[in-house]
Amino acid sequence: MKFDSPAGDNLFDRSRIVGKSTSRIDGPRKTTGTAPYAYERGDEVANPAYGVILGAAIAKGRIRRMDARDARRAPGVLSVLLATERKPVGKSDWNLAPLFGGPEVAHYHQAVALVVAETFEQARAASNMIHVDYERTDGTFDLAAAAPAAEGADGNQDRSTLGDFDAAFAAAPVKVDARYTTPDESHAMMEPHATIAMWEGDKLTLLTSNQMINWAKTAMGQILDIPAENIRVDSPFVGGGFGGKLFIRSDAVLAALGAREAGRPVKVTLQRPLMFNNTTHRHATMQHLRIGAEADGRITAIAHENWSGNITGEEGEDGTMQTPKLYTGANRMTGNYVTQLDLPEGNAMRAPGEAVGHMALEVAMDELAEALDMDPVELRIRNDAQDRVPGEPSKRISDRHLTRCLREGADRFGWSARSVVPGRMREGRWLVGMGVAAGYRGGPTQTSGARVRLGADGKVAVETDMTDIGTGSYTIIAQTAAESLGVPLERVSVELGDSGYPVSAGSGGQWGAASSTAGVYAACVNLRRAIGEKLNFDADRAEFVDGEIRAGNQSFALTAAGEMSADGKMEFGDFKDDYDVGTYAAHFAEVGVDAYTGETQIRRMLAVCDAGRILNPLSARSQVIGGMVMAAGATLMEELAVDKRFGFFANHDLATYEVPVHADIPHQEVLFLDTLDPIVSPLKAKGVGELGICGPGAAIANAIYNAIGVRVRDYPITLDKYLDRLPELA
Amino acid sequence: MQSFTYERAQTPAEAAKAAAERENAKFIAGGTNLLDLMKLEIERPTHLIDVGRLGLKEIEDTSDGGLRIGTLVSNTALSAHPRVRRDYAVLTRAIQAGASGQLRNKATTGGNLLQRTRCPYFYDTNMPCNKRQPGAGCAAQGGYSRQLGVVGVSDSCIATYPGDMAVAMRVLDAVVETIAPDGTERRIPIADFHRLWGDTPHIENALQPGELITHVTLPRPIGGRHVYRKVRDRASYAFALVSVAAVLQPDGRGRVAFGGVAPKPWRMPEADAELPRGAKAVVGRAFADARPTEHNRFKIALAQRALAGILSDAPAQQEG
Repeated sequence: MKFDSPAGDNLFDRSRIVGKSTSRIDGPRKTTGTAPYAYERGDEVANPAYGVILGAAIAKGRIRRMDARDARRAPGVLSVLLATERKPVGKSDWNLAPLFGGPEVAHYHQAVALVVAETFEQARAASNMIHVDYERTDGTFDLAAAAPAAEGADGNQDRSTLGDFDAAFAAAPVKVDARYTTPDESHAMMEPHATIAMWEGDKLTLLTSNQMINWAKTAMGQILDIPAENIRVDSPFVGGGFGGKLFIRSDAVLAALGAREAGRPVKVTLQRPLMFNNTTHRHATMQHLRIGAEADGRITAIAHENWSGNITGEEGEDGTMQTPKLYTGANRMTGNYVTQLDLPEGNAMRAPGEAVGHMALEVAMDELAEALDMDPVELRIRNDAQDRVPGEPSKRISDRHLTRCLREGADRFGWSARSVVPGRMREGRWLVGMGVAAGYRGGPTQTSGARVRLGADGKVAVETDMTDIGTGSYTIIAQTAAESLGVPLERVSVELGDSGYPVSAGSGGQWGAASSTAGVYAACVNLRRAIGEKLNFDADRAEFVDGEIRAGNQSFALTAAGEMSADGKMEFGDFKDDYDVGTYAAHFAEVGVDAYTGETQIRRMLAVCDAGRILNPLSARSQVIGGMVMAAGATLMEELAVDKRFGFFANHDLATYEVPVHADIPHQEVLFLDTLDPIVSPLKAKGVGELGICGPGAAIANAIYNAIGVRVRDYPITLDKYLDRLPELA
Repeated sequence: MQSFTYERAQTPAEAAKAAAERENAKFIAGGTNLLDLMKLEIERPTHLIDVGRLGLKEIEDTSDGGLRIGTLVSNTALSAHPRVRRDYAVLTRAIQAGASGQLRNKATTGGNLLQRTRCPYFYDTNMPCNKRQPGAGCAAQGGYSRQLGVVGVSDSCIATYPGDMAVAMRVLDAVVETIAPDGTERRIPIADFHRLWGDTPHIENALQPGELITHVTLPRPIGGRHVYRKVRDRASYAFALVSVAAVLQPDGRGRVAFGGVAPKPWRMPEADAELPRGAKAVVGRAFADARPTEHNRFKIALAQRALAGILSDAPAQQEG
């Protein structure tokens, strides 16, 4: 099925199930421990052995020699795989450094060995008996030092311009020119990467934890140099991903190699302290914002430049991505420069680019508002784009209500109580401040397929390789099928995450909800048509309601055609290229800063979101508040500390890489505007999983400034960065 | 984790004796720190002596009005004890500022005193660390040292004692009671229990091989306002950047100890004496010999501001 023109009035505009707050249909399994994660599926597998990965002790160099004699003799050990005894595995389209093999070390904690043993404890103990002799070579680990080399590296066209920024900025009566930095960050999801691998002849099965089943299958074929069709990937439940599980990582590769070597199924999970350097992370950025405005607040010139690094010198963290979309201004420049670093692989983490881009842009807007002596909410409204994307005027905006988000949010939050002058609101020992930020994140769609089976008993089963990474995919897919076929939600069951099912869009880039529900709808339409053909009515003009089919003056039971099954997929047409489909939010935060110690306590947060139809307000809210928590972490505490001598992230466990705890997040509120975007899909619904992290960080940063009158532009905003500049103690 | 043998001791004397008889033996009680360290092979005992069944779970009044705490009293039980809450509230507040409810249920009084540092370079066995391997060098110096020590540190080691409970015990002048493998018992003032690193940072306390903590004694109550103020990067479940334990008397005198800054709970009688003159005077004296890194220099100002906040509070107010 092709979505090749804007959606008109359709069944979802009269929906009974889609759009209603619905508890997760997988909830009972989650809460009763019967929704197993990959590593817990050992009882589905006969006689599994355990693999433990040894990570490289250096950041860059080569292995001179590995001695595994002790490990191979250790109790319970079945096999030991050494990097020096293996050619590097193939590099998939999604990996930047080989995941295993060969003597070269590309980054710290890169896998250099796997021990397979009868028990986990035996494998772990033996992994520490492998003696590795390294030859360390110098590497580049300091982004700030390497950044100047990035601009135009390898002849890259890394700037985009509109009008004449330099002249307009020079002429602007009011301007802001500020630099910001954001650190490397870790996904730190609850469930570590884990895989159980097993071979039957040349067929490989991976019970794993992955967001993108079809990418995983394709990548595994490339890595092991085997046909992808010989690989089955199964990932029905995923304990969080945030982009860290978009790709096959060393757990899957080494489980597969270990299982082949040991002749048995092998389970591998990454130890938590290995995850931070072995897998991917969000890249650190350096950002430079220059904004010029007329005295009335209209932006005339805006430039956003961004520097980051990666192991290949490509594919960095592009903090400029939201800037062409958010605000008007005739003269513009964005630059995105990537340098080569020998740190672990940077890659996507929840709203890659935008999450940290807002932390610079939306603070610069706050600085501009202050320079203009203008309310920051009003400044954003003054420069809100209307019909065309400001940085790409050939593109129309599909559906946008940012001004409404800001206005309704300001009312709801009590914005008028904010002190315009920073450092003036005091409650006991607390200095109190409020901040606002706008948020933008694209609302993309990808081809997505599904299969729908109708049983003779009227039950509906949906199968797709879509994943639920804690987001609520099971439920919105069930809602969509129930709505499309006119059955109660309880009649629908959903099976996800198996590469044997039709290929979906997967979970990433905030495209999962919109794409996968459209794919399920397409399969349902095909099923309706198949029933119509069999019973001889025009399914496209029929109504499927309450377990019945009403076609003209005819009426059938839904089951009248007997057992039926249909595959379908939704493809999205080129007409979309004329549009920018975005999601929008206004974020508000209130903080208290301890006047003595400088500790920041978030008091309350509000997000007002415009993301088209909200398929399930209950799980959408959970997505948004999760993003807000992650933004709070990025703003106040999260930082992978780079040891620039040894070239690694030094705080590689959850005791030293701090993420927010409940006590940090006392009160969150989310409002969804009731909007519909006809350009996105027949359901007119856009994702929200990444919108929630786009903006709250800047709102918190702006609230801290409003509380204490000190602007910190280097994240995270920890107390040591402003302690000596706090207002005098009374 | 290296494989190990295991025995369960029946009496304190037997436990101490067993520990002396075996090379490379360790006591285990709650295991909240030791087991983590064993999994990472930072600790590699070949024999564990489980002291969990020794009794020593009582909190008793002493004849002089103090308290004697069995070494196996859990952090939860100790912090909740009515007399601790009434007479030694700084201790309740310190314990409850640490770890999580689950950990406090398992962690014991003696074990908590022996909690090892949380320096990230101590935890990464690929990095040189004089504490793990004497003479190997210290990767923390010149590295990521924001959480690490500013005072009482040495060229060999800049790690901190990370705990909270002991900081409160330090202002209360607790005494650690032990039994040695030969059966002799001794009393170690908490001021002398934790050692400065010097050039032997692998030796962290005054215990001799096989010596077992049996009790911690608190002297009779000293009254005053009891405050424990823990400053950290998140609101709970994090080690202190700086913590302050204070007992303040109505006349302005008192006692103060700092956590998260040194190899031991950091208290100096000369600094206590400055309390009537305010936080700046106290911290100026207590941190006179500080040698911070560029990353953790802020801890000194933070200690001063945290103490200033405590001193500014109305006497009725307490801190958590």
